[in-house]
Amino acid sequence: MTVKLSLQNVRKTFRSRHADEAFVALDDVTLDVEDGEFMVVVGPSGCGKTTLLDLLAGLTRPTGGQILLDGKPVAGPSLDRGVVFQQYALFPWLTAQGNVEFGLEAKGAPSAERRETARRFLGLVGLAGFESHHPHELSGGMKQRVAIARSLAYDPEVLLMDEPFAALDAQTRETLQCELLRIWRVSGKTIVFITHGIDEAVFLGQRVAVMSSRPGRVERVIDIPPEFKAGEDIRAHPEFGRLRHEIWRLLHEDGERAREDERDARRLAVAA
Amino acid sequence: MSAQESTLVLSPPAALGGSFARLGAIFLHALRRGGALAAFFLLWELAPRLGWVDAAFLPPFSQVLATAWKLLSNGQLTQHFAASLGRSAAGFALAIVAAIPLGLAIGRYRLFAQAVNPLLEMFRNTAALALLPVFILFLGIGETSKVAIVFYGCFWPILLNTITAVATVDPLLVKSARTMGLSPVRLFRKVILPASVPTIFVGVRLAGAMSVLILIAAEMVGAKSGLGYLIIYSQYNFQVPEMFLGIVCITVVGLFINFLLVALERRLTAWNTHRSET
Ligand SMILES: Nc1ncnc2c1ncn2[C@@H]1O[C@H](COP(=O)(O)OP(=O)(O)OP(=O)(O)O)[C@@H](O)[C@H]1O
Ligand SMILES: [Mg+2]
Repeated sequence: MTVKLSLQNVRKTFRSRHADEAFVALDDVTLDVEDGEFMVVVGPSGCGKTTLLDLLAGLTRPTGGQILLDGKPVAGPSLDRGVVFQQYALFPWLTAQGNVEFGLEAKGAPSAERRETARRFLGLVGLAGFESHHPHELSGGMKQRVAIARSLAYDPEVLLMDEPFAALDAQTRETLQCELLRIWRVSGKTIVFITHGIDEAVFLGQRVAVMSSRPGRVERVIDIPPEFKAGEDIRAHPEFGRLRHEIWRLLHEDGERAREDERDARRLAVAA
Repeated sequence: MSAQESTLVLSPPAALGGSFARLGAIFLHALRRGGALAAFFLLWELAPRLGWVDAAFLPPFSQVLATAWKLLSNGQLTQHFAASLGRSAAGFALAIVAAIPLGLAIGRYRLFAQAVNPLLEMFRNTAALALLPVFILFLGIGETSKVAIVFYGCFWPILLNTITAVATVDPLLVKSARTMGLSPVRLFRKVILPASVPTIFVGVRLAGAMSVLILIAAEMVGAKSGLGYLIIYSQYNFQVPEMFLGIVCITVVGLFINFLLVALERRLTAWNTHRSET
């Protein structure tokens, strides 16, 4: 297996308006994502998941360390990485078709090919017949399908997804999870999928990177054995429950620690 | 008046389907939409005739219509109409052409926008009509000063709305476009510009209403033609039906401009409507 994405001692700080010292969002994050791998990153709210994804997308630069794609440092955003956001981020003035064509146009594909490819990918995500609908005429689940089709259509090597199903109802989420797995299997893309849902992480990932907060770190990377995933209802499998609990414990311990830190800080503030 | 209301008023009756039920429905619809208007004009007709108000101050509506016919036949009305419409259209169009590109440029450079904002706020809050004497002083009482004052009044709402439009484009859309590797120029053309259209249009609609208002006031102060001149001149000479005719004509101009802008807005920002209920 070759390494596709490599994060090496990545650090990201933000200048803070309230305090003098910079706010450390990510500290010493080291993680390798293999070619064709489905990597899930799970962590509590505010631990720096979106910050991490922005870095991978090339939208921001790390303060320290480096990020390599195929061994070369990431210089900026590029069509070799596609991003799917939680809030869909579709262009409301374009139809579903127009939205999918947008990335293809950025890539410089000729217009006949654009049209054809966009139709094919809308079909792939189950939206054949909705080509001429505008985003405001689509449900949340359909919008997210368009967003996924848009990112897949220009054929990036890596798909970066930031809590893409968080805003959807449970039923739609499960459907899209299954479809994403199917698309991943047929396309062989490398996927980095961010979530704060433990079930979602175990269900989707080959490996799950568990993050802790303040500062954001990768606490542990857990392998999800592929064997039990072949079953019918894998959520009912005892192994699923065990993995689920293991991740829950990691996150919970982190939460306890964060609360204690906060208490200490408050005590210090009162004493001072 | 909101976009929905005015379009409903102006929407043509449904295609002639045939059935009486349909005709009945159209009739009811017309009654519901036009009933209040009809009642208003009926009251206008009856109040002076029945002596509720002094007919010398408020002539019956039919007399205003008769005056309209008279002035139409001798060409006066057309002349005033054309003068007013031409001036407001010229000033309005110039303001659109100047303010939108400038607003886009200012909105794009945040630091520059912050620097000039206090100045723009000051200009916007200087009522255009307060500056009318200054315009007349510099440009005389000819066409130039009137077009210029309309231009001035229309310029600010369009400029400020355009700046706001560009500055408030959903950052997520910009972020999303950037992930697709768009260059700044393409990003501007393909994302920021289309996303700004609805907010820019708010300014254009405001300016449209403004153009009529300012022009009429300007024509009342110093002009030899135009609807504002017709009103004030008729009042001096106690030609009350002519005066009311001028007022009615201004309403017609206002409605016409609004109708055009609503139609244009619907074409340009159809995507911005919420789920249509059918
Ligand atoms: N541009 C920024 N400037 C300052 N601080 C920032 C900035 N972006 C993020 N942060 C801070 O960094 C931390 C991590 O934010 P981030 O959005 O990455 O969290 P997250 O894990 O994605 O949270 P969530 O699950 O709620 O989406 C937060 O404390 C946030 O306040
Ligand atoms: Mg986030």
